[in-house]
Amino acid sequence: MNREQNTGLLKFIISELKPKGKIITPFNVISAITVLAAIVILTIRFAKGLGSVVDSSQSHPWGLWINFNVITGVAFAGGAYVVTFMVYILGMEKYRPIVRATVLYALLSYMFYAGALMLDLGRPWKIVNPIIGNSFGISSVLFLVAWHFLLYMGSLLSEFFPTISEWATLKRQRRFFASLTLGVVIFGIALSTLHQSGLGALFLMAKPKIHPLWYSEFIPILFFISSIFAGLSLVVILESINQKVFGRKMSFLHKSSHRPVMFGIAKICTISMFVYFSMTVLVFIHGKNMAYLNTPWGYWYLVEVVGFVLVPGIVFLFGYKRMNLNMVRIAAAMSIVGIILNRLNISTIAFKWYDGVIQFPNLNEVIVSVAVIFVQIQVFKWIARRMPVYTESPSWVTEESHSKSFQIRNESPYKLNTRRKKWKTSAG
Amino acid sequence: MSIDRRNFLKALGIAGATFTMGQCFGASVEGKKNDNEFYGILYDATRCVGCQSCEMACAETYGFPPPEDVPEPGVVRETTETRRIAINQFTTPKGDFFMRTSCNHCDKPACASACLTKAMYKTENGPVIWREDKCIGCRSCMIACPFDIPKFEFDKPNPKINKCIMCYGLMQEGKQPACVAACPAEALKFGKKKDLLEEAKTRIYASPDEYYHHVYGETEVGGTGVLRLSPVPFEELGMRTDLGDVSYPEYNKTFLYSVPAVLVLWPAFLLGLHNSTKEREKRNQILSEDES
Repeated sequence: MNREQNTGLLKFIISELKPKGKIITPFNVISAITVLAAIVILTIRFAKGLGSVVDSSQSHPWGLWINFNVITGVAFAGGAYVVTFMVYILGMEKYRPIVRATVLYALLSYMFYAGALMLDLGRPWKIVNPIIGNSFGISSVLFLVAWHFLLYMGSLLSEFFPTISEWATLKRQRRFFASLTLGVVIFGIALSTLHQSGLGALFLMAKPKIHPLWYSEFIPILFFISSIFAGLSLVVILESINQKVFGRKMSFLHKSSHRPVMFGIAKICTISMFVYFSMTVLVFIHGKNMAYLNTPWGYWYLVEVVGFVLVPGIVFLFGYKRMNLNMVRIAAAMSIVGIILNRLNISTIAFKWYDGVIQFPNLNEVIVSVAVIFVQIQVFKWIARRMPVYTESPSWVTEESHSKSFQIRNESPYKLNTRRKKWKTSAG
Repeated sequence: MSIDRRNFLKALGIAGATFTMGQCFGASVEGKKNDNEFYGILYDATRCVGCQSCEMACAETYGFPPPEDVPEPGVVRETTETRRIAINQFTTPKGDFFMRTSCNHCDKPACASACLTKAMYKTENGPVIWREDKCIGCRSCMIACPFDIPKFEFDKPNPKINKCIMCYGLMQEGKQPACVAACPAEALKFGKKKDLLEEAKTRIYASPDEYYHHVYGETEVGGTGVLRLSPVPFEELGMRTDLGDVSYPEYNKTFLYSVPAVLVLWPAFLLGLHNSTKEREKRNQILSEDES
């Protein structure tokens, strides 16, 4: 690329930085106020220490920023590995229209939630230690999770890069990153499997501190399975909202595929939720936890497992059977609540349950947590308005891919013929 | 599905990469086998008079404020970010006794295995120490420790983790820990864990009526460097007796061992799955073209 192109690109990016659409909307005003408040809170936090703004204590060392933004939020970013698995590995082309939005959401989630983790670290300037330092704590689950976050962020960026290059007209770079996609997707799925379960494994050593109804050695597996429907439920909500927000600009393919995609997801959610529910029941019976059921903790457990796993699973099933989009959306919202309950129960509410004190976050913590999510939504909006996330790719992309497939078709007619013969005999 | 050279090399590359990555990002459960060589401290609750000399000596050695409160029955004094030892008093059917709370220096410490930078570190000699230059302040040691020993300075912009380090510095100079040296009642004894265990059992055998017949720390959480003797069952003196005899890093073992396996097998499986669906797609496409 020569200098002229470079300055052209720079000018293009600067021109794109200007906001599009109305600036003063209720949502923008609320998010601006929250973010400003969060900046004030964080300034105090870095000047005077974590204890000056959060309610974490020696007995509950992790507060809302880790337990909600990181441990809960990452489960909702699980949609990306599920959707890329379906499209790129299983070849379910039906879901291709939602790949870009899902990957973008996950990429931003990891970036901002890893950011939230930095806010909660006591000594964030030492963060390079586990990455480039000579202090690899390889027996630590958190070490594994940290590395997997980092690598997965790279994978997601690489998966999303073709979209960025279509926006900035970087033809060569697009070709390069598009050719990486399959490898990166496979790598990303392996990483997701491990760090989604790894977030659960963080609590394996807290055995004497977590209520027996929530603790079992199967926490990692339960975290992994629940991240499937957590991610997909979030995709349902995200897509439903974005149909309204970006509706006019959306490509025909996106609009027309919305309903079939939602019902397909409802089916997968139903299956994974019933698998999760039966695993929970198995763990419950294995743990001989019957005695705890008729206690206040037992009732709370039933609220989570029956009210926000079994019930939304059934609602998903009926939504799918009756082709009722609103039922699917309600089920998705309920299962999102269920995941939040589950993660917070393990990390906060049933953690040190014998203390008799439930750790409530204070207003400061809530403001910063919400501000992180607001910033994420704003960045998502900024990108989705400019890059071909919901709109069609520019014409040079389709031309290029057409000529490529044409090339393949014409490359070796002999090979194709022999293949055709083989298939015909095997099929017939 | 036939495999050509290109695909073979691809699969080989992925498997190879994951194998080597699995090695460096994978896992091992840390542990030292010859725990008999570890040093430890024996605390005898039948001898402790609750004078807080150990607390004061510790505070003086490490520049913390001396304790202002005294042990009382019904009040639980905990170790804090400025206190590494806490003596508590308990009323039991056999009378009033004291119990000491401080780091147990586990043989296979949960805190060290939770630490992603090895800031929490089990030294060769037995003390579990905290290294400031490595710690990132994530506090997973606090989540993992079954005794809730590590304490975090929530109110400092440059926070540290505070816990007993068995006076590792003094130990290297050949001295005994400050608290042991300060104890006027000989309730604390410093030495090799092997010898302390013998000593503890000898005391029980010598006066079987005086002691509860168990050495706390011999088997608890896989064995600890600090051993405790008591005249009454340990739960009456506020010690948790439900922690089990398995070392805490064991709970992570299954998960961590599965990591390299997942990193090797998962991508290979996914690649195979992808190739088979791709083949099927192409075949359907071409067959349908032929029909039309």
